Order: sequence, then C-alpha cells, then structure tokens
Amino acid sequence: MTSLPNQTKRKLGLVIDLDTCVGCQACVTNCKEWNTGGHMAPLTDTNPYQAEVDGVWFNRVHTYEVSTLEGESRTLNFPRSCLHCEDAACVTVCPTGASYKRTSDGIVLVDEDKCIGCKLCSWACPYGAREYDVFEGVMKKCTLCVDRIYNKNLDKEDRVPACVLTCPTGARHFGDLGDPRSSISKLVSARSGQDLMPEMGYVPTNKYLPQREKTASLSLATHHATARLQPLEDTAGATGLLKWVDNALEKSG
Amino acid sequence: MHPAISVILFTTASGVGYGILVLVPVFAIYGVLPVERWLGVTLLIPALGLITLGLLSSTFHLGHPERAWRALSQWKSSWLSREGVAAIVAYVPALVFAYAWIVLETIDGPWVWAGFLTITAALTTMLTTAMVYRSLKPIPAWATDWTVAGYLTLGLLTGLAIVTAVAAAFGFHPARFQTPALVLTLAAAVIKNAYWKRQTEAWSSIDGGSAVGAPGANVRSVEWPHTEANYVLKEMGYRIARKHAEKLRSLTRILLLGAPLVCLVILPSIIPMPYLAVLIGVGTLLTLAGVVIERWLFFAEARHVVTLYYGLE
Repeated sequence: MTSLPNQTKRKLGLVIDLDTCVGCQACVTNCKEWNTGGHMAPLTDTNPYQAEVDGVWFNRVHTYEVSTLEGESRTLNFPRSCLHCEDAACVTVCPTGASYKRTSDGIVLVDEDKCIGCKLCSWACPYGAREYDVFEGVMKKCTLCVDRIYNKNLDKEDRVPACVLTCPTGARHFGDLGDPRSSISKLVSARSGQDLMPEMGYVPTNKYLPQREKTASLSLATHHATARLQPLEDTAGATGLLKWVDNALEKSG
Repeated sequence: MHPAISVILFTTASGVGYGILVLVPVFAIYGVLPVERWLGVTLLIPALGLITLGLLSSTFHLGHPERAWRALSQWKSSWLSREGVAAIVAYVPALVFAYAWIVLETIDGPWVWAGFLTITAALTTMLTTAMVYRSLKPIPAWATDWTVAGYLTLGLLTGLAIVTAVAAAFGFHPARFQTPALVLTLAAAVIKNAYWKRQTEAWSSIDGGSAVGAPGANVRSVEWPHTEANYVLKEMGYRIARKHAEKLRSLTRILLLGAPLVCLVILPSIIPMPYLAVLIGVGTLLTLAGVVIERWLFFAEARHVVTLYYGLE
C-alpha cells in the first residue's frame, strides 16, 4: 500500500558528517559491492568498460566549493543517497503499491515484482535517490542495507549498512533517529544536523552534520590573501640574528 | 525533464479525446449539434480511439507493460493510479452515450444522463492527468494550479477544433462554435502566459545551498560523482537552450493560440462555406501541432530540483 504509515516504530537512518567526509568514494564502492548481490540485486551496469558507461548506484559522492563573501572557499564532499523521508512522495505517487515505507523501521523500499517501471517515483524525489534499471525495467534505490542490519549470519558489529561499515574516516553513522536517547540522535543535536531541502516538506530521516567553522587564525581572510599564490614566509616578526640574516640575504638577492 | 514522445502523445491525444467527449454531449444537449448517426460516428469513435491510443502509448514507456493493471490499485494515494481508474471508468458512460447516439440516434430521456456522466467522467480524467504533474513538488514549474488549468483548457480547445472541423465537413456552419472558441483561446492565452511567467519565478526562489545542508551558502559544483550521464541526468537533467525555448514559445503562441483565433473565431464571419470548412481543417491541424509543441516544452522546460546537485542552473 502506498499510503504512508502515520508513524513508524523506529526511524532508522544515516547521519553523515560533512566535516569529516574526505570524498574517497569508499562508501560508494562498498554500497555497490554489497547491493549488487543484495535485496535489490543486481545493480546493472551499461557499457561498464567503455565510453558512455552507466549503471545503477544507490550512493553518489559530489564535490562542491562553498565560498563566503570574504572570498574564502572550502571543499565540501557530499554523499547523496535515499534519505528515507517521513513524508516520502516517492511512495505516495506509486500507482502499483510497489513503493512502500515500512511501519516497523521507516525504511523506504521497492517491491520489484510489483514495479511497472513508470519512473514517477524518481520524478517525485528531490534528491535523485532512485535510479532506473534499464535491463530489469524496474526502479531501484537504497535499502539502508535491510539485508545486513537484521542479518543474524553477520557478526553483530557488521550489522550496519555497507557504507557505514566501510567509511575510513567515520563520517557515516547509523541508528534510530526516532529515539532521542540514541547516540545518533545526540550527535544530530550536538552538531546541529541539517535536513536537505526542508522547504520541499518531505521530512527526511537522514541528517547531515555541517562543516565546522574554520579556526580564525587559519582563515585566508585574516591573511589578506589575494587570488595569486604567494609564498607564506613572513619575516616581519624576526628579531636578533634571524633579522640580520634575513636583511643580509634580502640585500644580496 | 526528459520529454518522452510516449508521454507527449498520451497527454495530447487523450486531451483531444476527452475534450471531444466533454463538448459533444454539451453541444447535443443544448441543440448546437444534431444527434445524427454519421456525425456521431465521426466524432465519438475517433475520440474514443484517441483516448485508447493515448492510454496504450502511455504504457509504451513502462519497464513492465504487462503489469500495467497493478497501476489501478493505489487510487487512495496516487494521482497516476486515479488517472488510470478514471480513464477506464469513463469508457462506460462514453460507450453508452455513443450507443444511444449512433445506434438509437437519440439522447432523449434517460440517455441524456449518459451524456452528463460522460461530461463528468471526461473532465475528471483530464483533471487527474493534470494532477499527476501538479502534485510533483520537486518540479516547481508544474506545482501550480496553472498546470491544471492548462491541461483542461487545452484539452477542450483542441477538442473544439476537431468538433468544429468535423461539423464543418458535415456542412454545419462553424459560426455556432465561435463563442466557445473565443473563450477557450483567450483562456488558453492567459493561462499559458501566466504559467510561463511563474515558471521563471518559481525556479529563482529556490536555494541551492539548502540542497547540501548549507542554506544560503554559495555552493559551486566542482566534480560530479560520475564522468558520464547517469539515469538522474538523462531523465531529470534534460536541458534546452534558452533561445530555443523562446522560439518554441512563439511558435506555440502562433499555432496553438493564433490558429484557432483566426480559423475558428474570425474566419467563420468572413469566408463562406465550403472554403471555410477547408480552412478550418487546416487550422485544426495547426492547432494540434501547436499543442504537441506546447507539451514538449512543458516537459523540456521544466527543471527538476535534483539538477541543483549537478550545479545546473
């Protein structure tokens, strides 16, 4: 049924730390590795070893430049995947009941046996989380590794989504965002976790932790840096012998 | 948005078909059109044919057309499902009405109710089609009542063009359709201009920073996650050069609005039959070409917010 549950018992989701993410694509790779044999297998590739390569991925990492009015800029690595929204329009627009949100844990899934491949759910998603499999003729999406997190065949510490397990910098966190006492909820409140495009009204479950403010002394703005690259050596503060050497070398040069 | 031929054909063909199914019973009930067998055959059968063709064409782009019946199940939440249900339900009164007109050559007595129900069902189906697009918040250009007004008005306008052309071919003077033609053409002009104006405004009010959790920030895309276009870019990242959009809008204005204004509103007062009938036939074809371009633009010009992630303005 594509009507959304009024409330889910748990709100399982991810918290992604944009301050820590280095954009290494390890989560992307391990996601593909696990899920191409998982619940929504296969994640088909088109022309994998030639021009116009394409394929189904549940997780994509973008790189942005965030700049301030002072002319300072920072690199932002940004993993993008399904946010398992509370008000998930990808579910309600589905005409067949293939798209659904689980009452038990809030995970949004696709029943591939019911999907007619009309693609409307992908139109309804502001986050580009759903990708169409041209070979299977059905829509595919992140399952929050539903086949890992409850999997008794795995060791307890491995029962987390593949992307979380593999992240080398610990930028990805998994847990119940519906429980204010969970470590992941505490992380969100401590670091002011953000919703993506809250104005869309989809109430995403996943949260993103913003980049921390830069230490003021390292700010480019305080160094009056110009667009052109310059050596960082500043000898104005030198005293004694160093000052004499500096002056001597300056004159000889 | 990617302008899929199948969806353009479906929405325009079914728009024309339902437009005819609304107008023909109205004109018959008000005595503007006589209930004559061959007139009914020439109007109602093509209308039902266009609707059926449209429905079939809409299944062409499905990954699993054989499962299309499942799309009738989620009418509680999905406008696409409601559209499917409404489209199928509409066949019942339409076929009864067509039977009464063509076989019995009467719509009097209880048969008139088949007419009223056909009008209602056809309008409802047109509404559900429009609501499929109107309900998609990630495509700000579509998320407006102008979308609904546009689909209804253009369905009726193109339907009227066909009704006028067929009636003229049967020798009925098109002057009787001048008023509805004028009203619908003016309405279409107002609605499309308002839609296009709002389309620009709706997009400019979106904050790219909030897409990456940094509201108000100045964010520039440095590197995409993939080197070739993926599904999201192919489906949602369709880009159309601005100058072409402007040219195509002008063409839409000329064909979709200008042609009916000249051929359906002005010429019936100037040109005598039977030359008029020929000109109206030409005008109708131009109007239909206009609605196809309008629909192509409706898709091609509409930007999806996911393109923000790719830094596409």
